[in-house]
Amino acid sequence: MIAELGHFSLAIAFAFSLLLAIVPIWGAYKGHGGQMSLARPLTYGMFVFTLISYIALTWGFLVADFSIAYVASNSSSALPWYYRITAVWSSHEGSFLLWMLVQAGWAAALAVYSTRLPLTFAARVLAVMGMIGVGFYLFMLLTSNPFDRLIPFIPVDGRDMNPLLQDPGMIIHPPLLYFGYVGLSVAFAFAIAALLGGRLDSAWARWSRPWTLAAWIFLTLGIMVGSWWAYYELGWGGWWFWDPVENASFMPWLVATALIHSLAVTEKRGTFKSWTVLLAISGFSLSLLGTFLVRSGVLVSVHAFAADPTRGMFLLAFLAIVICSSLLLYAIRASKVVSHTRYELFSREVLLLGNNLFLVTATMVVLLGTLLPLIHQQLGLGSISIGEPFFNSVFVYITIPFAILLGIGPLVRWRRQGFKELITPLATALMSAVILASLLPKIIADEVHGMAVLGLLLALWIVASTVQELRQRVAKRENKPEALVKLGRSHWGMVLGHLGFAVAIIGIALVQNYEVERTVRMSPGDTFAESGYEFRFTELGERQGPNFVSEVATFEITRNGRLIDTVDSEKRFYTIQRQVMTQTALQVNPFRDLYIAMGEELNDGSWAVRIHIKPFVRWIWMGGVIMALGGLLSASDKRYRLKKKSVGASAQGASA
Amino acid sequence: MSSKLKFWIYLSPLFAFILLGVFLFGGLFSDPTKLDSALVGKPVPEFELPDLYAPDRSHNESIIGGRVVLLNVWATWCPTCYAEHTFLNELQSEQNVYIIGLNYKDYSRADAVQWLQELGDPYQISLFDQSGLLALDLGVYGAPETFVIDAEGIIRYRHVGDLNPRVWREEVGPVYYSLLDGQE
Amino acid sequence: MLNRAKQLSIFLAVLWAAFTAGYSFAQGEFYAFETAQQEQMFNELTRELRCPKCQNQSISDSDAPLAQDMRQLVYQMVMEGQSREQIIDFMKVRYGDFVHYQPPFQNSTMILWLGPIAVILIGILVIYFQAQGNKRQCANIEAEDLTPEEEQKINAILKNNADNSVSQASNTNEERT
Repeated sequence: MIAELGHFSLAIAFAFSLLLAIVPIWGAYKGHGGQMSLARPLTYGMFVFTLISYIALTWGFLVADFSIAYVASNSSSALPWYYRITAVWSSHEGSFLLWMLVQAGWAAALAVYSTRLPLTFAARVLAVMGMIGVGFYLFMLLTSNPFDRLIPFIPVDGRDMNPLLQDPGMIIHPPLLYFGYVGLSVAFAFAIAALLGGRLDSAWARWSRPWTLAAWIFLTLGIMVGSWWAYYELGWGGWWFWDPVENASFMPWLVATALIHSLAVTEKRGTFKSWTVLLAISGFSLSLLGTFLVRSGVLVSVHAFAADPTRGMFLLAFLAIVICSSLLLYAIRASKVVSHTRYELFSREVLLLGNNLFLVTATMVVLLGTLLPLIHQQLGLGSISIGEPFFNSVFVYITIPFAILLGIGPLVRWRRQGFKELITPLATALMSAVILASLLPKIIADEVHGMAVLGLLLALWIVASTVQELRQRVAKRENKPEALVKLGRSHWGMVLGHLGFAVAIIGIALVQNYEVERTVRMSPGDTFAESGYEFRFTELGERQGPNFVSEVATFEITRNGRLIDTVDSEKRFYTIQRQVMTQTALQVNPFRDLYIAMGEELNDGSWAVRIHIKPFVRWIWMGGVIMALGGLLSASDKRYRLKKKSVGASAQGASA
Repeated sequence: MSSKLKFWIYLSPLFAFILLGVFLFGGLFSDPTKLDSALVGKPVPEFELPDLYAPDRSHNESIIGGRVVLLNVWATWCPTCYAEHTFLNELQSEQNVYIIGLNYKDYSRADAVQWLQELGDPYQISLFDQSGLLALDLGVYGAPETFVIDAEGIIRYRHVGDLNPRVWREEVGPVYYSLLDGQE
Repeated sequence: MLNRAKQLSIFLAVLWAAFTAGYSFAQGEFYAFETAQQEQMFNELTRELRCPKCQNQSISDSDAPLAQDMRQLVYQMVMEGQSREQIIDFMKVRYGDFVHYQPPFQNSTMILWLGPIAVILIGILVIYFQAQGNKRQCANIEAEDLTPEEEQKINAILKNNADNSVSQASNTNEERT
């Protein structure tokens, strides 16, 4: 019964989305206030019924109702309750339902906070969210119903959740990522509403910016958690593999990063309007493209869901409708935008454009690298693979100019900047970066790697010039600490964002060049020494989990005879899915990870043990967290808390 | 800049997407996991492998050449091989196709022999490649795979997956018969 | 009839085999190296070579028997002292360009490198001319920096003059520089 209720709610949510897509926009066209103000209640309706549907599916998992096909395929009676909740999004149908819940959630949040926007504009924005909803709900109802029953042959037990996903990282990774992906639909809706209304201006940019920042924060955190999860769960110690699905999440992130910068210019200077709109459209388009790539089976990937041509066809059609119509609207409206703001070649505007240029180039590299194999094969040119060696080398070249610009940008004034005034701060920053970057590798390691020095140089350049920028801000103030505080959250958000990027670069540069990976043959009692650490394999035990049996190897790690920690590394066998998983042992401090993964048991009873020492690897994710915190600070800046009055004044323009 | 030109410039992202969309659409109908053989147009690599039935008899690359042959890679652990086996028997008995079998990384010689005894043996010569090294030299990445090799010992075509009447009629058969015609 | 039953039994055996293949615990694999360089080279190569069977994994991560064979060969070649390029070429001869995660530099893949370079060059040109154009445009109007008030006035005038539906409204220049 509950499952049918869920299915029915989904259909009702679809009806709401359909009305939401039509009525308010018609009202906005006709200037009919009543129809426009229906946008909010319709949005709430769409959200509430999606939520009911989602709860119904979760209920099916909790009570282990194996008459529901989706539950039977992705759960079992041995699965602990917390994984039953997360098993909802462990496969295609349920994860899409989560996706739609998030989409409806964003729309509902927009409805709540848009009361201060001009009615016409709010109506258009919500209607666009409704239009996106129509496509998603239809897709779900027609091709991916998670409530299908297995009647009359109800299985006795389910086939269990994919063991790879039975992990705390997986509890938060997909929701975070979806919040980010779908959050870009808000920026998209703002852009489309602005194009429809023919009003692209600073006010639009200001309204859209905190939402875009919020989506960007989620995307940043989602990607970071995903990378962290892959690092400890897959057992090979990598934190990024340039897999097509990883790329699919990275592209919207790159564009969203460009977008938050470009929105800043549009907001403060009223320029680059059509470029900003194009970025907003591209960001969401890329997240739709990612959905298509993951769910259609056109690419080979670790993370891809099972392929189904009908689904692929539907998603591609939806993708085409959304992207083509918005790009057409863009061409018609944005080509008429005239920009009057003046700036010179050496100005913050130009540097931010430069930043955008490199981010867009990076996006293009990822897009080409992801899709060229598909195109290459279709043109009959044979199969090629584009992976880590290619992306790593190209990204080094893109990061260099990007980081240089990033260091200079904040020091430069809007409109025009004399170069002479900047010589001192820039030279100071460069000097300190060069000195530190050449000293540091000697302190942390015996060898000096050119690439590590380069990475440190870029990161320290960013840090040093950020410090210079802060000094410049308070140079003329009496009370410097107070002046620093008064800079405003948005400014500190930028500072943190940039520092986080520098931290991540340090992590990447050091772990890529100084990591040690050894595979050794060990039996209980054996000791292996590497880089000053001693790893003693003390014992091998067995453990019975809820739906797996595992062999647990215990290691004592000592340094200079002093015990640092005792850690367990597991090899699990999930009995229902018949899969072996490694559970890595990690000993962590801020400057290095010790990583022990069990390989296979060898014929003489010893084990192949993979031991990694990964200096500064944590800095990569720490950098991500700092960037996200920066985003949070920016988004909470007081100028985004709209005052009723000021918006009322600009509302007249909106109905133009 | 004229407004018309500007419009077309602003329309260019749309064209870029449409172009991309064509390939995405095509992608729906092709299997990304199917690989083209790197050995088409090249001679069969050298090898030295024991006969499946007689461990002390060995074969080398000289058994290839002089006639058009199919080289079929199979194993008893492979369910698709089971599915195509009847058709291989038909090819051999009804169309007189010369097929060399390459038993690939099987559990044991006995298993393979038992399989052929029970299901029929379509192979003129059966090679036993337990280490999988010839298969690796041939770029085999799964079973079953079938190579069409011409009279000069050059690989002309590779089919991945099972041979069945449709695949034979549409893909592999035409290559085989055109080589046979060329030979005469 | 008997033949039928036999066929069925083989079929079931095959199904069972297909189901259990690849899940076996045994067959431990371990490679011992003489030098750290060899081990590093082996690690790098097995990570850069793609498994043709489980196509989403490198041969170092894959459990497929084929990946195992390929690892074994890479190991042998590393121990024989063959170079990185020799080993990659060995695999490419058999499995094509697909087997290496670094795409070959050839006509059909040129766009991977030239595309981004073209984007950057065109971008720089557009940015340059746009900024120059801006400079020329405003050279007549302003000799020096305008005060925010003056700028607002100008904006207001521009706004009134523009017939365009797209307005330049509420450019509230709160410059924080």
